[in-house]
Amino acid sequence: MHEMVPEHWLIPVKEEEKILKLLGVAKGQLPKIRKSDPVIKTLEKVEGEIVPGRIIQIVRKSRTRGIAKIYRTVIGE
Amino acid sequence: MKVEISKGIEELKFALLSPEEIRRMSSVKVITPDTYDDDGYPIEKGLMDPSMGVIEPGLKCKTCGGKVDQCPGHFGHIELAMPVVHIGFIKEIYSILSSTCSNCGRIKLPEEKLKEYFLRIQDTNNRLSDIEYDDIVSEVESDASEVVICPHCHFENQKVALDKPTTFREEGKKLTPKEIRERFEKIQKDDLPLIGLDPKVARPEWMILTVFPVPPVNVRPTITLETGERSEDDLTHKLVDVIRINQRLRENRDQGSPQLIIEDLWDLLQYHVTTYFDNQTPGTPPARHRSGRSLKTLVQRLKGKEGRFRSNLSGKRVNFSARTVISPEPFLSINQVGVPAKAARELTVTETVTQHNFEKLKELIKNGPGKEEEVYRPGVNYVYRADGSRIKISDKNASEVAEKMELGWQVERQLEDGDIVLFNRQPSLHRMSMMAHEVKVLPYRTFRFNLAVCAPYNADFDGDEMNLHVLQSQEARAEAEILMKVQENFLSPRFGGPIMGAIHDHITALFLLTYRNPLIPLEAGLHIMSYVNVSHTPEPVEIDGKKYFRGRDIFSLILPEGVNLEFRGKLGDKSLDPNGTEGTIRIEDSKLVNGAIDENAIGQSKGALLDYVLRKYGNAEGAKFLDNLTRLAAGAISYTGFSTGIDDEDVPGEAKAQLREVGNESVQKVEKLIENYKAGLIGMEPGKTLEDTLESMVMKVLSQAREKSSEIASHYLGMDNSTVIMARSGARANMMNLAQMAGIIGQQSIRGQRQHRGYTNRTLPHFEKGDIGAYARGFVSSSYKEGLNPTEYFFHATGGREGLVDIAVRTSRSGYMQRRLINALEDLKVSEDGRVLDTENSVIQLEYGEDGTDPSRSFEGESVNVNYLIKEMFGNKYGGKK
Repeated sequence: MHEMVPEHWLIPVKEEEKILKLLGVAKGQLPKIRKSDPVIKTLEKVEGEIVPGRIIQIVRKSRTRGIAKIYRTVIGE
Repeated sequence: MKVEISKGIEELKFALLSPEEIRRMSSVKVITPDTYDDDGYPIEKGLMDPSMGVIEPGLKCKTCGGKVDQCPGHFGHIELAMPVVHIGFIKEIYSILSSTCSNCGRIKLPEEKLKEYFLRIQDTNNRLSDIEYDDIVSEVESDASEVVICPHCHFENQKVALDKPTTFREEGKKLTPKEIRERFEKIQKDDLPLIGLDPKVARPEWMILTVFPVPPVNVRPTITLETGERSEDDLTHKLVDVIRINQRLRENRDQGSPQLIIEDLWDLLQYHVTTYFDNQTPGTPPARHRSGRSLKTLVQRLKGKEGRFRSNLSGKRVNFSARTVISPEPFLSINQVGVPAKAARELTVTETVTQHNFEKLKELIKNGPGKEEEVYRPGVNYVYRADGSRIKISDKNASEVAEKMELGWQVERQLEDGDIVLFNRQPSLHRMSMMAHEVKVLPYRTFRFNLAVCAPYNADFDGDEMNLHVLQSQEARAEAEILMKVQENFLSPRFGGPIMGAIHDHITALFLLTYRNPLIPLEAGLHIMSYVNVSHTPEPVEIDGKKYFRGRDIFSLILPEGVNLEFRGKLGDKSLDPNGTEGTIRIEDSKLVNGAIDENAIGQSKGALLDYVLRKYGNAEGAKFLDNLTRLAAGAISYTGFSTGIDDEDVPGEAKAQLREVGNESVQKVEKLIENYKAGLIGMEPGKTLEDTLESMVMKVLSQAREKSSEIASHYLGMDNSTVIMARSGARANMMNLAQMAGIIGQQSIRGQRQHRGYTNRTLPHFEKGDIGAYARGFVSSSYKEGLNPTEYFFHATGGREGLVDIAVRTSRSGYMQRRLINALEDLKVSEDGRVLDTENSVIQLEYGEDGTDPSRSFEGESVNVNYLIKEMFGNKYGGKK
């Protein structure tokens, strides 16, 4: 992956609830990411198949914030 | 997530009106071309028949019984003696004529082919793509119109030509609308989808008119002038023509007149019907009014900027608003706007009478509607009683109404000083394009405001106009004052700095006031200070028995208490001050100790001092500071005086010689380079061809020439020169502009390259073919003051044109880009816990901007300015780089 692509992590199913509670949102409210996204395809090489509905954590570098953590749910296609 | 919408439009379908339907919806068959009789009553079965609706108040509709505001109007109809073509369907008629057989009415394609197309339509129908369907229809048309012998009945078809605007010919023989209609009637229902018609709602023969709908009278109302004269709408005029010719045509036809006369009348009817729909049909002379003005018929009502869509539906007009030319007024606060008395008398605020404003409103009503000559005293235009009835206030009834006034009445009060209004200039590209101001009613006819507010509106005074909206409710006023007031928009969310600040002469004035801390005679100093509201004067200094003020002391008067600041000014390292101290601006305990105030201190979007005051003391204090600053600048510059002219760019003879030397030297250097290039002595730079290498070397030499000329110019032009003062203080222009006026204009480029296009192997016929020297490729060694020679002038114009084109292209492109962004983001909102949500409550960002920072409160993109905090807490010693 290119150095400009931020880190993507697959959240274990066990922790999903905890994170959603922390964020105070429902799974459906989160931004989406396609299963066909190149990042997910690459991540699948590491984690095995990622089924739609799983949550991805994206860690971005931020000038003002240090790091910013973003969450997305995987959707089909 | 499913969104529920209570009512939504699922589909829009356009269909054709059948003759039967026209008759069915008609309330009257119009047969007389007349409107009103001599007594002014509408004629029965005429164009103004009362069954088509009412336009006069008090009368009732003959069809529905409704009054003016209840009756929606009803259509009538005219039976046409002969059918005519509908101009709006000319293209469709033409394509149907050419793709169907004139004998059997089938589409001129073999059965298998038709079936194939049908399958494709059914297929695309499922996927609902209108564009694909249209593509298939036009494919069928182009395929079928090529065919001569009909595959169904083996009839030999002839080619149909459209003789614009409305005549069809088959091998030179005219096809009458009647014949066309007969052909269309033969077309099978099953073929219609392939022509692009929905058999459920349309038949091709309906495109030929046999019955003509007459629109309701409220679509074309009669206008009664003040003189009592009646004037009919353009549409009515046109309908009169149609009926008249229709009548004559019928009479002639029934009498069995010669074919020639009937044909002429038929054509004339076709003309009138055509212009009734569209009076700008190409190939048809527009129908005109008696005065020579062309009539505004149906298409003209809808089309274009003044049409129904752009003018009435997308462009609604607003009450309580005003628009006029703007002009500057440095004595107004940045929060104020000067409103001309004339406008203030028209603009009103509706106030409800309560115990608290009873006496005030009573006085206002007593003032009446006000006179123009008077000194402005707000009055009242209208008063509403508790039951909603309206009283117009005039000079006569003013005191009477004032006495009768009761609690709960509504008073439409004229604008007074201190009212909150919204002020706006288009294009409204950012939120600072519309800000709230306090009204100050002034004489004359322009809106006026402080010059510092030009920046957010992007306004100047070369004829710009602006809009003003008077707020009508307490809530609106409160909200505007808290969120939209000018002072609340000091810090731009674009870059987190002050968007407003001193401009042009403000900077020049305060620069002159503080540069080298001049001595200002006592009287002059007092004059300057009289522009600002100050509590005390600084201590004067005495020299040779005369008393003086120090410029910096005067400036220090407008600083708020407790300012401690040190920063680099524009003079910076290259200070023109012999001691080299003017560039560092130091303020200790609100006294300007050192340095000249310039753009870096008070200028818009970069004024460090202004930024400091705003952040430390808040918006209100910042506004006060800027108000005082503009006033002080006006005072200071009225004492010093300031002017600039072309002789500011006069340089001594020796400088001229030096400049000429620089020019010649560079040209020679370029020639040398070219010689070397031709001799093959130049090596290639990485990533460049030999030619590119040469070009970049030449460019470098020539840009050095300009830099050198700039140096020479600035050496000979000192701080006694007005232009230099403006450039150095940052008020306007820069040293390069100056050098171009006094010294060398320099290389003219297109797309960053030396100019090279034009004739074969040369830019202009003035040069030899193959000349790639400095002058042949757009180097200008003259100055603006001396003037350019013809070739230079041409190159300069070429370069200038590129700039203009660039601007035109850039604005339209960035405008569209911004529009798309706005449409994508318009209904996102920040929730109370800082998340960005869309209308479905889906999360766009978990925290606003992913850092939760308001960019207008940020410091140059950082959330917190640590240096400033340290300085404020522990004093100057610890903070900063020093």
